[in-house]
Formats: sequence, structure tokens, C-alpha cells
Amino acid sequence: MIHISNLVKSFNNRRVLDELSLTIQTGSTCVIIGRSGCGKSVLLKHIVRILRPEQGQIFIDDKEVNKLSEEEMNALRLKIGMVFQGGALFDSMTVAENVGFGLIEHNGVGRKELLERVEESLCLVGLSGIQNLMPSELSGGMKKRVALARALCIKPQIILYDEPTTGVDPITADAINELIKSLHDKLNVTSIVVTHDMKSAYKVADRIAMLYQGKIIAEGTPEQIQNTDHAVVHQFINGLAHGPITETIEQFK
Amino acid sequence: MLFNFFVSVGRKILSFLYFLGGLTNLAGQSLYHAVTPPFNKDRIFEQAKKAGYDSLPIVSLVSLFIGFIFALQIAYFMQRIGSEIYIASLVALALVRELGPVITALIVAGRVGAAITAELGTMQVTEQIDALETLATNPIKYLVAPRLIALAIVVPLLTLYADFVGIFGSYLICVNKLGISSSMYINVTQEALKYKDLFTGMFKTVFFGMIIAFVSCYEAFNVEGGAEGVGRATTRSVVTSFILIIAADCFFTALFYFIFP
Repeated sequence: MIHISNLVKSFNNRRVLDELSLTIQTGSTCVIIGRSGCGKSVLLKHIVRILRPEQGQIFIDDKEVNKLSEEEMNALRLKIGMVFQGGALFDSMTVAENVGFGLIEHNGVGRKELLERVEESLCLVGLSGIQNLMPSELSGGMKKRVALARALCIKPQIILYDEPTTGVDPITADAINELIKSLHDKLNVTSIVVTHDMKSAYKVADRIAMLYQGKIIAEGTPEQIQNTDHAVVHQFINGLAHGPITETIEQFK
Repeated sequence: MLFNFFVSVGRKILSFLYFLGGLTNLAGQSLYHAVTPPFNKDRIFEQAKKAGYDSLPIVSLVSLFIGFIFALQIAYFMQRIGSEIYIASLVALALVRELGPVITALIVAGRVGAAITAELGTMQVTEQIDALETLATNPIKYLVAPRLIALAIVVPLLTLYADFVGIFGSYLICVNKLGISSSMYINVTQEALKYKDLFTGMFKTVFFGMIIAFVSCYEAFNVEGGAEGVGRATTRSVVTSFILIIAADCFFTALFYFIFP
């Protein structure tokens, strides 16, 4: 279980996360929706402690993330896979070295097993035979899938996805959605997906939470969110140009 | 008006202190990781090759020319007082004690420091450094420590090489153009140079190499705002390294002057 309580984080005196609280059950897929720049990625980075909060706690299976030593945190990180928005592949390494990075650095597996695990991870995301290519030779969608393979290669119990379907073609986007679903169904992986792609959100989510002005303003099953009478959530999920979210901007004009 | 002046001075001082704090913090952590195992020999070797072996052409060229120029400039005065033979000792001392170390460090700061900031800065803006952390790999251990070790070893070696090439440049001018005999030049050079000169020259270059590693990595880790930010950080990295190298040189020269008079 991931439990986030009263998280506060500011950048340049702007509160991006404002006493945010959220609980994600083990084995469930939680989709966090919200506008670009509202702090969704910042929230993910707190879970793996790339960023540290000013206030608040994050518990992963009852361990408080910000109180762990560096060794304990690294042990925890090896159970968490993170897929970055732009892929964040190491561009000085081949695809195989990227995917196997966690194993090469930490597990000390033999070369044969390493190659098998890399092949297996790449097959899971529908790519194979590209082990020796460099990231610069891949398309945007392929980079995203390789990044996903890199996260899967360490066999994580938790996967964090930062906009997994943004910037890929609709077919690849659906394939990624299918993959997120199947990892959830087959391996009982706990997933947090940050996105503003509502189609993807409805497809993969057990629960959807909306982040607005630093807080979770609504949380529920996809059906509950779809039938919400919360004006802000309604405007966002239906993609309306006019409504409470844009009201302040309109007033300004 | 006056108030604004104080505000802007205050901001400058604060940002300088912030920089100093950040740099010291990174220096401490990277020194710790540089001396604690495991050591990644492959990555150290790779960085040493990039910083050292690949810098040989430009270091050769620059120090050869410095040798030529120095011999001719000193000859201008020495010929007037009829003591051309002292060109050899002056060139040797100036190169080994001062010019070799500083010129080499500045070349490495410009060539290698800039490349490190550009490379790691790009990794920072494309979230590759965050990705390293999520894969339970400390970016300072993985990226900074090998560069620190490589530069602390390579800059002294390059300096030794630059000293040699510079003296050779001066030798070519003196022997071919100023009529000093080859054996005479070599003898005078050997007499002029003491181990102390070589030691004080080389010792400080270890620190110059470390300054380049600290500054270039610090600037890279603090890049903000895409390609433009990487450009700005690269410029800042080179300028800051230059200033700190000269300041450190001033410090060590004074120190040695009073310790080994």
C-alpha cells in the first residue's frame, strides 16, 4: 500500500503540492489526472525520493520514505519501476544496456541470464531485435516502450508511469494501455499512472484521482468520476474550454 | 534607488554563497564516493582517455607555441645584455613552475570541463539523472566520482607533458635561430630545474583537475530550462573554472613561496 499524507512542496514560492493526501491499495492501478504543470510528475518524484517534501509523509508498505537511509531507499527503489515522460534513456548506451541497467549495476546476474531478461522485457513491450541500437536511432514511441522495458526488467512490485501515452500514435497508445492492464492483471503490480489522456485513464484505472491546485479534489472509480457533479472535474474530463478551471484566466482577459 | 542597489548586491552575495555551499557539498560527497569502493575502473579509464589522451594534440600545439614565443620574447632582452644562455633557465623555470600547470588546466577546463557540463547538463534536463536515481544508482558515485578521479590524475600528467613540449619548443628556437649549442641548452636547463620546482608545479595541478570536475558537474546538476539552460551552464562552468584555477594558483604560489623559500 502507498499512503501519502499532507504532502507540501513549493517551487519559487509557488505551492505545487498543498497538503496532498492519497492512498493506493496494493495491486490496484490509480490514475492521477490533472492539467499540464499541475504537479503530477512532482508527486511521482516524491514517491521515489528524487524530490523531498517540505512537509508530509509518504509510506510504502508502512516504511516512511523520507526516513529511510540511502541503502534502505535504494533497496526500495529496486522494487519500484519508473517510466519517465520522455523515456529518459541513457543516450550513451545501447538499448540492451539501458534495459539491463538495473541488473548490471545491482544484481550481478550472469551474462546469459542478463541477455534473457533484457530480451524478455523487450518482448513484453512488443519490441525485439533492437538490442544493439542506440536511443537516438529510435522513434518517440519506441523510446517510451524501451523505457517501460527498463522499468520492467528489475521485476518491480510498483510501477510509476509519467504520461505513458503522451506523444505516441493512437495504436501504440492503446498497446501501452493494454500492457499496463496486463501487468496489473497477471503480475498484481501496483501502478500509478499520471496522465491527461482521459481515454487511457478510463481504460487502465481501478481508481481515478484528480489533482487540482495542489490537492486531490476528487477520487473514485472511473464510473464515479464520469458521473461526477464536481464542476472542475466535469470540465476537465470532458475537455471543455469554459468552466471553473479557466474562469480565472477569462476574468484576467 | 539606493535601496534597489542594496537589494541587488544582497541578491548577488546570497547567490554566491548558495553557489559556494552547493559546490562544497558536491565536493564533499564526490570525494567521499571517489575514495570508497567499489571503483569502476572502466568508467575511470574511459574518462581519463577522453580528458587526457584526447587532449594531447591541443596541449602539444599550445605548449610548443608557448615555448617558441617565450624563447623569442626573453631573447629580445637577453641579447641586449649579452646573456642569451639564460633563456634556457628562464624558460624552464617559468614553464615548469607556472605556465605549464596553468595553461594545461585552462585548456582542460575549456575542452573537457565544457564537455562534461554539456553532457551531464543534457542528462539533467532529459531526466536521465533522475532515471539513474530511480534505478538505485547514486549519480555522484556513477557520474562525478570517475570524472573526479580521472581529472585529478590526468591534469598533472598532461602538465608534465606540456612542460616537456614547451621546453622542446624553446630548444628549437635557441638551437636553430639563436646559435646556442644543443648540449649547452640541455645542461643549463638541467642545472636550473630542481625537484622542488617540478613538485610545486605538479602538486597544484591535482587541485586544478579537481576544481574542473567539481565546477563542471555542479553546473550540470543545476541546469534549469532546456537547451538554453545547458548553454548558459556550460559558459558558467568554463568561466568559473578559469577564475577558481587562477585563484587557487595564486594561493598555492604564495603558500610555496613561504614554505619553500
